[in-house]
Amino acid sequence: MKMSSIPVRKFDAIIVGAGGAGLRAALQLSEAGMKTAVLSKVFPTRSHTVAAQGGVSASLGNSEPDHWHWHMYDTVKGSDWLGDQDAIEFMCREAPNVVIELEHFGMPFDRNSDGTIYQRPFGGHMSNFGEKPVRRACAAADRTGHAMLHALYQRNVRANTQFFVEWMALDLIRDSEGNVQGVVAMEMETSEIVIFQAKATLFATGGAGRIFASSTNAFINTGDGLGMAARAGIPLEDMEFWQFHPTGVAGAGVLITEGVRGEGGILRNANGERFMERYAPNAKDLASRDVVSRAMVTEINEGRGCGPNKDHVLLDITHLDPEVIMSKLPGIREISIKFAGVDPIKAPIPVVPTCHYQMGGIPTNYRGEVVVEDQVVKGFYAAGECACASVHGANRLGTNSLLDLLVFGKSSGNSMIDFIKGQPKDLPELVMNDVERSVARVARLDNQTQGANVNEARTAMQRTMQAHCGVFRFNDMLQEGVKKILEVEVMVKNTVIADKSKTFNTARLEALELENLIEVAKATMISAEARKESRGAHVRDDAADTAENPNGRDDQNWLKHTLWHREGNRLTYKPVNLKPLSVETIALKTRSY
Amino acid sequence: MTTQTVKFRIYRYDPDKDAKPYMQDISVEVDPSTERKLLDALVKLKVVDESLSFRRSCREGVCGSDAMNINGKNGLACITDLASLKQPIEVRPLPGLPVVRDLIVDMTQFFKQYHSIKPYVINNSPAPDRERLQSQEDRKELDGLYECILCACCSTSCPSFWWNPDKFVGPAGLLAAYRFIADTRDEATSERLDDLEDPYRLFRCHSIMNCVDVCPKELNPTKAIGKIKDLMVKRIS
Ligand SMILES: Cc1cc2nc3c(=O)[nH]c(=O)nc-3n(C[C@H](O)[C@H](O)[C@H](O)COP(=O)(O)OP(=O)(O)OC[C@H]3O[C@@H](n4cnc5c(N)ncnc54)[C@H](O)[C@@H]3O)c2cc1C
Ligand code: SF4
Ligand code: SF4
Ligand code: FES
Repeated sequence: MKMSSIPVRKFDAIIVGAGGAGLRAALQLSEAGMKTAVLSKVFPTRSHTVAAQGGVSASLGNSEPDHWHWHMYDTVKGSDWLGDQDAIEFMCREAPNVVIELEHFGMPFDRNSDGTIYQRPFGGHMSNFGEKPVRRACAAADRTGHAMLHALYQRNVRANTQFFVEWMALDLIRDSEGNVQGVVAMEMETSEIVIFQAKATLFATGGAGRIFASSTNAFINTGDGLGMAARAGIPLEDMEFWQFHPTGVAGAGVLITEGVRGEGGILRNANGERFMERYAPNAKDLASRDVVSRAMVTEINEGRGCGPNKDHVLLDITHLDPEVIMSKLPGIREISIKFAGVDPIKAPIPVVPTCHYQMGGIPTNYRGEVVVEDQVVKGFYAAGECACASVHGANRLGTNSLLDLLVFGKSSGNSMIDFIKGQPKDLPELVMNDVERSVARVARLDNQTQGANVNEARTAMQRTMQAHCGVFRFNDMLQEGVKKILEVEVMVKNTVIADKSKTFNTARLEALELENLIEVAKATMISAEARKESRGAHVRDDAADTAENPNGRDDQNWLKHTLWHREGNRLTYKPVNLKPLSVETIALKTRSY
Repeated sequence: MTTQTVKFRIYRYDPDKDAKPYMQDISVEVDPSTERKLLDALVKLKVVDESLSFRRSCREGVCGSDAMNINGKNGLACITDLASLKQPIEVRPLPGLPVVRDLIVDMTQFFKQYHSIKPYVINNSPAPDRERLQSQEDRKELDGLYECILCACCSTSCPSFWWNPDKFVGPAGLLAAYRFIADTRDEATSERLDDLEDPYRLFRCHSIMNCVDVCPKELNPTKAIGKIKDLMVKRIS
């Protein structure tokens, strides 16, 4: 393929991804009159934000007193102090604004009897610096993500945002100084390759939960943004931290929101015991996710699991008023009947911890600018699950992700507008090295006639991650995991597809997605092997609970962010920002619920 | 692991190599303890024959990607139980839309109609500092409307939409229109009714109810259409 024959389309801004983060940013840019292109692998409302159930957090205080500072405290504590306190303060302070804005955009929130937005309790949300549970999660039944994504899409229709639907971005384009010039993308229906050039480029490509065998994530959550960033020389931050959600439907992986426990649901083991009372006497079933997931795995490992294989526990809501279930948890009832074969009004739901959310990602500041070695990468922004601001640190609080999308979608949109305004009117000349590399990737797949099967390579990766890098981690398993994942990488470099059609070739798309997944898998395994402590969602048996290092957390040596560099699988570290924007540091403390 | 054979008759068409569409007879082994849905079997089939093309994402019935015609009825593959289907399972693309490849259809016309009803809250009054208040009863009016996932099962089972996809808004679009009419925060009811007061846009619906029959989210476009018609009558009298 001749490089000069590749069409170039020019914009002020490019947004890759039309989930909550991408759409919120797009709105900011479109309403400011910027010429903006939004690319998405799927029609916007099919993005995985649509699956979010429980709610979006904001200290509106609609049912009882609440304060952004308490929200900030909970988020820092939830993060096991790995979150950056400037970004966390920014997010929690902005929360009421962006949620009210979303209501004005038309979001169909549930309501209290006084007409205000309905809020429910959620794991780790407490009032008065950790005292007792508080209602902070703003919800639209148990379909909050659906309602939010549709409202944001609708608002973008009003703003005339230009969408490129079913276009897959393949690679990032950087010039010789490392400044970002845009992306190479492929139209899925025709396989045409086009360069999208712009002054500012935002990645909002979502998570990569599909690196694990069992996940609440959609098929399309393949970490494309992370793969593209890594290939372009951008390191990935804190990739060892993956949240395992306590309540995935056993066997199916489909999520049951924590909102179920917020509404009064209880976890029980084979003896019918409410075991969370032993692990978290105060917050019980509403302790932080990592804490609940570990308690569940411990119950199962100690023989108190349920079912013929003793491999899950039960989520019980049979004591709730059926009216409450029908009005506040209708989607959950539907999922439970369809995927677990039980009506939760009558019988408890079988659940197991399931890979759910990636805390790490492309390193950014709270303005959404990508930052490498203290330097802003000019023209490059990231927001949402693919970014690491870092507000979630070692463990995300439920409902803080939808909030992250709104806050950082908006702030990165604003940063982009400022940046674009300061740029010369005409775009600089394109540097073609990255384009050539991208085109070569596609050409390899078109020409390769022998090699590894895509499905086999993907399965090998998923099994390796699941077995070697799960809820509990072991030194020898991690070391072996690193070896194995590097072997899988060799397979991925050598995949072959038989289907060479130019029309909507999903086999080719899956092969390209796998090349992104493997970058995420390597980053995760290598970062996890190296972090010799337990913190938040990363728990290893050789970093045990001692007086010196409670819960196995070693602040002396490990209070720092990991950065994985693709080149040579190198790791570097950077300090955690413990300094908020306006308030006092939330001081290090042992985490208990 | 005991496997079970599932037999299929699948619509195949790749414009790059097929002169015309054909039906392919093919079967696949599934593990009935974990692979219970039609989508699970299709994903398995794609391992055997990677050229089989279909859209899918959430695999839990909320994204609306994998609508198709299953044994003659539109539905989502990811929430359709294999055990409920007569074999060979005949799978075709959604009827009435141009086929891009295999089970993938061109949805342009469908989305165009959705966009045509101005699918966003119109409220030009200055926004208050806090949320706009809405009573629980008023909010309830949106239930059964806002949950639409734009899968197109309904519109592509509607004969009126087949004949006039460019002029008749179709059940999904009309359901959305009513969603905004019913929202107490929306101030554009009368313009919305003006826009729909047209022999085609609304009045091509003859209450055949196919749409209600197939909606995987158990929504009722016919009822919403009825309510729009009621409002038009009320407005005249
Ligand atoms: C089942 C479930 C329930 C959840 N519930 C909650 C909840 O109640 N509260 C909460 O706060 N969080 C929740 N989360 C987490 C939260 O939903 C996600 O973290 C969040 O929605 C991610 O949004 P995003 O905008 O970053 O990405 P996504 O919504 O995943 O969107 C990614 C977008 O990027 C596009 N894209 C990706 N790669 C490419 C490419 N190569 N080229 C072009 N486009 C591309 C996709 O098409 C898509 O449009 C839940 C998550 C899951 C899985
Ligand atoms: S009721 Fe109306 S919209 Fe529904 S299928 Fe019949 S004609 Fe179409
Ligand atoms: S009304 Fe039902 S069938 Fe029609 S698009 Fe919406 S969800 Fe699909
Ligand atoms: S895959 Fe999302 S609705 Fe079926």
